[in-house]
Amino acid sequence: MANIGMTTSQMNKPSVGLFVTCLVDTFRPSVGFASIKLLEDAGCQVTIPEQQTCCGQPGYNPGDYESAAKVAKHTIPLFLDFDYLVAPSGSCAGMIKHHYPKLLKDEPEWYDKAKKLSEKTFELTSFLHDVLQVKPKSTGTVSSETYTFHDSCAGLRELNIKDQPRSLLKSFNNIEIEELQNTDECCGFGGTFCAKMPHISDAMVTDKLLAAEATGATTLLGGDMGCLLNIAGKASRQESNLKVRHVAEVLAGQLDAPAIGCALTSTKEPIK
Amino acid sequence: MNKVNFVERADIGLGDAPLQKNLSIFRNFSPLARAKTLARMDNVEQLRAWTKDRKNFSLDNLADLLEQFESEVTKIGGQVHWAEATGDLNQIVIDICQQQQAKKIVKGKSMVSEEAQLTHALIDAGFDTLETDLGEYIIQLAEEPPSHIIGPAIHKTFEQVVELFERHHPLGERDLPDAKAVMFEARQLLREKFLEADIGITGANYLIAESGTVGLVTNEGNGDLCSSLPKTHIVVTSIDKIVPDFDTAMAVQRLLVPSATAQDITCYTSFYTGPKRTDDADGPENFHVVLLDNKRSDILQSKYKDILRCIRCSACLNHCPIYTRTGGHAYGDVYPGPMGSVWTPLLNGLENNHDLPNACTTCNRCAEVCPMEIPLPDMLRDLRRDEQQAGLQPKRWTLGMKISMWLFRRPTLFRWTTKLTARFLKHRAMNTNAVKHLPVNNGWMEVRDFPAPEGDTFFERLKKQRK
Repeated sequence: MANIGMTTSQMNKPSVGLFVTCLVDTFRPSVGFASIKLLEDAGCQVTIPEQQTCCGQPGYNPGDYESAAKVAKHTIPLFLDFDYLVAPSGSCAGMIKHHYPKLLKDEPEWYDKAKKLSEKTFELTSFLHDVLQVKPKSTGTVSSETYTFHDSCAGLRELNIKDQPRSLLKSFNNIEIEELQNTDECCGFGGTFCAKMPHISDAMVTDKLLAAEATGATTLLGGDMGCLLNIAGKASRQESNLKVRHVAEVLAGQLDAPAIGCALTSTKEPIK
Repeated sequence: MNKVNFVERADIGLGDAPLQKNLSIFRNFSPLARAKTLARMDNVEQLRAWTKDRKNFSLDNLADLLEQFESEVTKIGGQVHWAEATGDLNQIVIDICQQQQAKKIVKGKSMVSEEAQLTHALIDAGFDTLETDLGEYIIQLAEEPPSHIIGPAIHKTFEQVVELFERHHPLGERDLPDAKAVMFEARQLLREKFLEADIGITGANYLIAESGTVGLVTNEGNGDLCSSLPKTHIVVTSIDKIVPDFDTAMAVQRLLVPSATAQDITCYTSFYTGPKRTDDADGPENFHVVLLDNKRSDILQSKYKDILRCIRCSACLNHCPIYTRTGGHAYGDVYPGPMGSVWTPLLNGLENNHDLPNACTTCNRCAEVCPMEIPLPDMLRDLRRDEQQAGLQPKRWTLGMKISMWLFRRPTLFRWTTKLTARFLKHRAMNTNAVKHLPVNNGWMEVRDFPAPEGDTFFERLKKQRK
């Protein structure tokens, strides 16, 4: 089991500090445990620094750079001693990788630390695929679901995550993705945007939901809880049958929790 | 100045069924078409990097290059005029028209003239002024502002255009079955106007300092008719269009056209270098270039300098998930979409436009496609920072944000907050898997449910498992 607050690397295993993310912590703990399983199965020594909270985007994006810098300074030391920081989110990983150094550019000591952390920060699927180049322990787990995939904007454009989750789903679960029309378009979440401009956000998420349904998929997967809560929330409001899950849950084969926001009656997914 | 309420205007756009039909076609077509055209070009990324450097060089040497441009234009018999504000630009153009004792003016498309509301100013001053770009002509008939910087009338459906033509053209009963027929009718009417005009006004895509040449790309050829048939040609444009040399101009053009209309090259590429020379078969007798500053010199000295690299290609509009749903009129001024959300607050004041920098999900699609690599989402974030500092963000949001950011540095307290949030929402969802209502009114719940959390938090479960 993963360590809390320990940073020792054992038996030359790569040490990974898991940045759980505040959304996973609060709304979808299963994703955190699926991430631990995937990383441990891939041979990592996983540690979860206890003092971690949020990456600071809620302040950074509205332009409060001072408080975002303070949160960055809170987070950076917690992860500096690991070989890697891994987060089950393109958005949070992108914040730490690209925006922490920008925020701290005028404080040389902190900037160096931010740069150091930036270099070893990865989103979960890209870490498994690109860095560890994992080979699945057992292939051929097939569910009766058909899957589509939502690329989160931060994952796609800040971290170049596109093929990695698809390739892992293929090799781990023998899943082929039914691609969405306009798959590189935002789902309308955008942090506080979705609440500040709900009608525009609604038009965007409605289109995303329609595009997902048009693929014939029964489950939409994605790598970012913000997008997934948005899409699942809209699916629930529309009484759509589309199920929404984080890709880590499927990759780890941890499907005990009902799909996100899904009606309780239709959550059981028979695994062949 | 109008106080823009972006959200209210966006609601009008979202509720406009014909507009939504147009936008949905546009949204599905435009990005793919651009990508296809760029894919068959060689070394796009090198071209992009080189052109960006050259544009930066142009901005760093703006004053010198503008002086060089003026001196070259003067040498070949043209005249350069400097307009500090939009009102100055309009007055300069009106003065030239009055000196020429002009009555009729034909005009090509120019976003700077839209910025200055030049056409209105000329009509108010008594000149018969006609827009000759088909899109501009349509919105002139409709008495509407442009909704896109390249396709000013993309908000209009075919049926709406036919209705406008039938209402405004005194041609009696006739059949306008398709776009070709509509275009032909416009062409017939406009041709006469070009021949009658005393003055032709065009915009510019770039100004070449080394030769005093004005470059213009069009697809309709109306620019050439405006510039060469009337006795006087007036170019209205802004100082940020200056480039040092022909090579830079061509690099700008090679990126501009695919980014704008997914073409390899536009139907017409025109270079205007001074008035008609003695041996020339045609061309204007008088050649004027009016250069607008309108705060651009201030922007050059600010952290928003990068926006001056903008070549008005519209790629950011075409790829913006918000612009392609609200349409351009929501932005309340001539420059819509991501570039407009930067330009408009800079030109007209953040206090009048504080919604615009928030009309962004930071999805970064605009920055990815911008041929000049303008970091638009970063600039919009910087503008939101300016709003924070000027107290222009809603107090409720700022307070909530400040409290959250304070909590993020207090892990123990934060753990309690997440625990309570998870419990509360799980309880509100009751036996279902989503919260349908919350006691407080908020934008999230207005349009979607909140998926129920699992109930315990990750850190609670982790602690329990470790026992």
